[in-house]
Parts: sequence; C-alpha cells; structure tokens
Amino acid sequence: MTDFPVYRVQTQTRASYSAGAVCVALIALFILLPTFASRGLIQDLFFIFTMLVLAQFWNLLAGYGGLVSVGQQAFVGMGAYAMFGGVILWGLDPVPAILLGGVAALIVAIPTAFFAFRLQGAYFAIGTWVIAEVMRLLVAQWKVLGGGTGTSLPRTATREMWATEWIQATFDVRGAAARDILTYWLALALMIATIAGIYWLLRTKRGLALAAVRDNVEAAKSVGVDAVRMKWLVYLVSAVGTGVTGALIYVQKLRISPDAAFSVTDWTAYVIFIVVIGGIGTIEGPILGVLIFFILQSLLADFGSWYLMVLGLIGIVVMLFAPRGIWGLISEKTGLQIFPVRRRLVIGAQPNKED
Amino acid sequence: MSLLETHALTARYGDFQALFGLDIHLEQGETVAIIGANGAGKSTLMRSISGVLENGADQVCFQGEPIGNLPASEIMARGVAMVPEGRRLFPSLSVEENLLIGTYGRKVQGHWSLQTIFDLFPILKERRNHPGTALSGGQQQMVAIGRALMSNPRVLLCDEISLGLAPVVIKDIYAAVPRIQEAGASLIVVEQDIGQALKVSDRVYCMMEGRVTLEGTADTLSREAIHDAYFGGAAA
Amino acid sequence: MIWIDTIIQGILLGGLYALFAAGLSLVFGIMRLVNLAHGDLIVFAAYLILLLVSLLGLSPFLAVIIAAPIMFGVGWALQRHVLNRVLGPDILPPLLVTFGLSVVLQNALMEGFSADSQRLPAGDIATASVQVGGLNLGVLPLLTFASAILVIVGLNQLFYRTELGRAFRATSDDAVTAGLMGIRPDRIFATATAIAMLVVTLAALYLGMRANFDPNIGPARLIYAFEAVIIGGLGSLWGTLVGGVIIGVAQTVGAAINPEWQILAGHLAFLIVLLIKPRGLFPRALD
Repeated sequence: MTDFPVYRVQTQTRASYSAGAVCVALIALFILLPTFASRGLIQDLFFIFTMLVLAQFWNLLAGYGGLVSVGQQAFVGMGAYAMFGGVILWGLDPVPAILLGGVAALIVAIPTAFFAFRLQGAYFAIGTWVIAEVMRLLVAQWKVLGGGTGTSLPRTATREMWATEWIQATFDVRGAAARDILTYWLALALMIATIAGIYWLLRTKRGLALAAVRDNVEAAKSVGVDAVRMKWLVYLVSAVGTGVTGALIYVQKLRISPDAAFSVTDWTAYVIFIVVIGGIGTIEGPILGVLIFFILQSLLADFGSWYLMVLGLIGIVVMLFAPRGIWGLISEKTGLQIFPVRRRLVIGAQPNKED
Repeated sequence: MSLLETHALTARYGDFQALFGLDIHLEQGETVAIIGANGAGKSTLMRSISGVLENGADQVCFQGEPIGNLPASEIMARGVAMVPEGRRLFPSLSVEENLLIGTYGRKVQGHWSLQTIFDLFPILKERRNHPGTALSGGQQQMVAIGRALMSNPRVLLCDEISLGLAPVVIKDIYAAVPRIQEAGASLIVVEQDIGQALKVSDRVYCMMEGRVTLEGTADTLSREAIHDAYFGGAAA
Repeated sequence: MIWIDTIIQGILLGGLYALFAAGLSLVFGIMRLVNLAHGDLIVFAAYLILLLVSLLGLSPFLAVIIAAPIMFGVGWALQRHVLNRVLGPDILPPLLVTFGLSVVLQNALMEGFSADSQRLPAGDIATASVQVGGLNLGVLPLLTFASAILVIVGLNQLFYRTELGRAFRATSDDAVTAGLMGIRPDRIFATATAIAMLVVTLAALYLGMRANFDPNIGPARLIYAFEAVIIGGLGSLWGTLVGGVIIGVAQTVGAAINPEWQILAGHLAFLIVLLIKPRGLFPRALD
C-alpha cells in the first residue's frame, strides 16, 4: 500500500485557538466592566471601541478592497444627522434611531458609489473627499437641525432613552452615567459584531475573491471574480457600518454640528493613522493601532498641536520603513496570527479516512 | 582585459533564480551573439548588464572597472547603451525627440549624431516629427537603435531586435550592423534567429535555463552542437 | 451687467485656483503622484513670505524672490528623500505619506504661528482697481490671472521645448527605459517637484495678499486645486486653467445667489463635469 501525502487546507493557527479563548474572556470582562469601572474608563473605552469600528471599516475598504477613501466622514456625519433627524423630527428614541444612521448612510452611499467608482485611485480619494464636503455644506443648509451651528438632542429624548432607567436602578448611577454605560455596551456589541463580521466575510469565498481583486484585478476577472460587485459590496458594507457608528458616537456626544460630524481629521485622518500604524490589510492591525493611538493621545494630550504632529510623523515613518505596520512587523518576526484568514496548504498523513 | 565581462553573474526574480553564475566576455571590436530558447535568461542577462537589474559590483566589469551595482543611467553614461526588447519608444516624444533623448544631460563626441543616424536610416528623417509610436515596427526598431547610438556607446546591447518583424525588414535592420561596428562599437546581440545571429557575430554563446551551455566562434559551431545546447543535450 | 461682473470676477478668481493647481498638475502629470500636502505647502510658503516680510521689512514681491529658491530646495529634498521612496504602482503609500505630511505641516505652523489669521501687506495695490468698459476690476485679481497665464505658458515651454521637458515626458512615459537612456528618474522627479514648489511660492504670494490665511486652510486649497486639475484633464496645463476658471465662476455665481452657496456651487460644478466627462475636459491622448 502506498502512502500518498494528504493535503488539507487550513486557516486555523495554534495562536488563533488560544486567542479565541482569550477573546471570550475579554468580552466577558468588558460586559461586566461597568459594575466596577470608573465613568472615565467607560468613556475612554467607548472612544476606543468606536474608533476601532471606524478603523475596521476603513481597513475593509482600503486594505482589502483597495478603495482608498478620504471621505468616510460623509457617512459618520450622515449617520449622526439621520439619528438626530429621527429623534427631533419623528420623536424616535435615540437608541433605535441609531439604525436610521445605517439606513441613511446606505441611501447616500448608493448614488455616491455610482459617481465615485467612475474615478480611479487618487481621483477616487479626492472625489470621496469632495462628496463629503458637499454633504457637509448641504447639511449646514438644513435649518431644522440647526444649520451651520448645529443642535443638541432634546432633553426629553435623552432622559427617557431606552434602558437607562433600568441601568440607573441596577448600578445606582445618575442619568448621564447610565447613558455612558448604555452607549458603552452598544459600542462593545458593535465592535464585536464588526470584527466577527469582517472575519467571517474574509474567510468566505467572497473574502478570497476580495483578496484576489485587491492583488490583481485582471487576474481576478480571468478566474471569474466579479470585481465590480466586490467593490460595491465592501463600499456599501463600510458605509452602513460607518453610518451606524457615527449615529452611536453622537448619541453619546448629544451635540452635533456639520463641522464636527463631517470632520475629515476626526473621522478619516485619525482612522487612517490607526490603520496604517497598526498594519493595513489585517484585522489585528487596527486593534493594535487604536491602542497606540489612544496611548499617544493620553500622553500628548496636553501638548496641543504637537500631538497631531507626532501622529503624522509616526504615520510617515511607518509608511516609509514598515509599510505593513507594526502588526506586520510582529507577525513577520513571529509568524503570529490571531485572526488567520490566509489559507495554508498542510501536507501530512490524513488523520481520518472518512474525511 | 576584456572590454566587458561578467563574473559568476547571478540574477533572481523573487524566489525564481534566472541566472546561475554566468561568465561571458566581450572584446574590443567584437560582436557576440547570445542565442537560446524563450526563458533561457538572455533578456535577464541584458537587463543585468545594462543596470535595470542590480547585481554585485564585481559581477559586471566594463574596461576593468566594476559596474554591477551602478544604476542604468550611470552605466549608459560610461558607454554601454541598450536597445531594449520590445523597442520601448517614448510615446509622448517625436521621432527626433526620441533620438535626442539618447544624449540627455551631456555633450557626446563621436561618429553618431542626428545627421549620421538619418544617413543610416533615411526614412527617420522623413518621419522626424511624427510620434515615435506612429511608425511601423521596423521603423520603430530603427529609432530604438538610433536612440541608443546617439550616446556614441563603446558597447551596444541589442535585445531581440528582430522580434515580430518581417524577414525583409530584419534584413534592412541588420544591414546597419556593419556600419555600427565600423563606427567603433562592440556589440552583444541577443537573437532567437540562429541563422541571423551566426551571420553577424564573431562568437556565440548559447544559453539554456540560466546557464551557458555552449560557446564558440560562429564558423566552428556545428548545427548539431547548437541544437543540443539549445534543447538540452543529445536526445536519448 | 451685474452678472457679467460676477462672471468676470469668477474668471479672475479662477486664475488664483489655476495657480494653486499648476504645480499639482505638473507633478501629477509626470509621476502620477497625488500630493495631499499641496495645499499645506502653499500655506507654508505664505508663512515663509510673511516671515521674510516681517523680519527683513521687504515688500511681499521681493520676499518671493528669496522664498522661491528656498521652496525649490524644500521640494527637491522632499521628493528625493521621502516621496521617491513610496512611488510605485500602489497608490496608498504616497497618499498616506503626503496625508501625514499635511497633518505635520498644519500643526507645525499652528505651533509656530498660532491659529490667528494673517495677511501679507500688499500696500496700495490691494485696493487698486481699473475701469474697463464700465466694469471695476481689481488690480490684484488681474495680476493673479496674468501670473497664472504666464506660469502656464512657461511650464508648457519647459515641457515641450527644452531638453529637461523632453526628459520629463520620457520619464513619465517609461521610467525604466528613461534610465537606460542616461536619465536618472529620481532626479527628474525631484526637479519636477522643485519646479512645482516655485509655482507654489507664487500662488502663496497671491493667496496671502488677497485674503486672510491661517494654518488650517490648506486642505480646502488642495481640493480647489484638485478639482481644477481633474476638470482640465490629466497632464493638460491649459485644461488646468480652464478647470480653475470653471470652479471660480461657479463659486462667484453661487455666492451671488446666496453667499452660503459659494463653496458648494464650486464642488457641484466639479461633480457635474466629472459625471459628464470622467477623464476631464482635455485628457491627454495617451494614458
């Protein structure tokens, strides 16, 4: 009898199993955190989670989809304004109104995509930026929502927000703190759903097709991948995710203005630095990136513009000397992969003949 | 001392090794042909000598000086010019501008000038103001050769100059070779057309899979020997 | 008559935008590099002129003569030591590096000069105007427009009539083969960016004399410049002027209808042109 080598396609790595266990433990810890953590920590984590979600979606778009957008603030702003509109114009509760953010982002993303996909590479980047500017200027004309100066969520809406009463009673905190806990949990859920969703997407056949499109559009076409459909998919998914995140961020902020909600610095520049410094084209990269970003911000917060200058310089240095980011360096040195999406061919004896 | 020589020249594209320790040399006044099948490494050798690919400094020497690690522009400035595979004319430049680009940034002295190139290929004078890429394949090849000659090189590297051209056109182009030799250039000619290669050259290297499998003067090499070197040993 | 006036003001404003855009167009055309810091470099040059004006007590027109070679050197060094390293088929690295540079420049200027608005002292010329056929035209806008035309004529001459221009075009076509012809692409690129910085200095002069500026206005200038380049078509300098004029006219007409619509009208004009002609009005035949 001859032993033929047996090939198996494998995506799991040993690290990914133990990482899985750590993830479950971390999630449990995060859920229970409000029982003992300070309000400041909860707010910091809200910021980290929401920035991470924005970073994951930009990474999906640029790192996996090859669509380098400088206009994601369009969806943050539209999502946030849609939530405000739902609350102020229709009297919705802010929490379900967050979903309106996703719907609004989708509605503006479809015509935007028709336009932006006519543009290639650098044109696309600038085109998306212009579109975001147009939206900012249009929203500033929307007088019911405060025009150029912006507006706040009405007190009645924030006081009676879903579940805050229960949180107030359970944790024995006041309204504002209860709202922070609520938005924190929502951000946590959104982050988990985002990472899990993107991880799942990248491991499906679609994800493989996406990598093929990014690496070589022509070659991908020749093996039957519909590049245009893949671009639409990542663009719309990122838009909806970014819109929902924008709405959630402004449920916590309570106050909105066009300049803040459509800020290219806050919602795109920071996000790009997070992804680039952490490592573009990986799920781990943005996680590492957001932590570095937060630490830098805490350390340098008192130095005003020096902070952004340092951030910009780090971004440049990383791009020049470690284009795959800090996670890229780590995984190159150690082979570590927490969210393995690469398929590896394993040659070895087949463990189970029935397979 | 040879005019140009390679020492244990290797080249790789990523994981793929294209050249395995090549030693070839070109003497003053000589024309050497390099023949071999597709993928034998002929073009890689040309790209290594001309500096498109970077090598160890000592792997390529010109007039006894190491040039293997110099950029293409510097190697060209020292007197090794190349007619690249596929001609590669500049589409935004007219025929005349394509020729003039060969003298960019310096004064060159010697036989070749716009005037003498136009004497060599009179059709180019007529077409001097056309975009280079509006010409026929054979005329484009003349521009590519003229462009390389404009720098009055000591060594002219010709990579597959007959590729894709009709036999009568190939004949016209090779008719220029003796005048190029007379003007003082030594040549390395990469050819798939063995007959043409043997006709113009003093010596022949035959390559296969990144190695030199046969070397000799054009008149001593038998058809059988070339066939074996070309296709990998006597058939079993 | 009021509309004719509005449109003429718009055309003259387009001259300023064409000046913003000409350097960008040059660099973009030669090396497909998108410099997201272009607007901030204009603002940087404006502060450099301001510094020379206040330190040496020069007129802004004289200060430009000193600032220009400095900016030339800045452009050369920037391209040679930073941007050349990230040029390649992947557009992400140059985009991100220049984006980082934009953030660094803005905040460095903020640290050095504070967020206060500044203006270059233009003297009498700032308010001078001439009567042309019943229209009152500002001397400074006319001077800006004339400078834009001169710059574009000059760059076209350079591009199509000189040995350097030949090398620009050859390198733009095929950098590897240009290398085989004795051209060093890295130096050609550095020279192109350096020349673009000369134009940037001139743009900064008019920017600073015509309106207030602060460290944060760069990105908006970049967008106007880009719109002009894209409307005009890649690699066409005259197209860039037309693009600038279209943006300028759209802005002044928009502002005449409702002052809040000025910027919006410019962007919308850009989007409309792009919808109808995605490659711009005068795309170069090759590309």
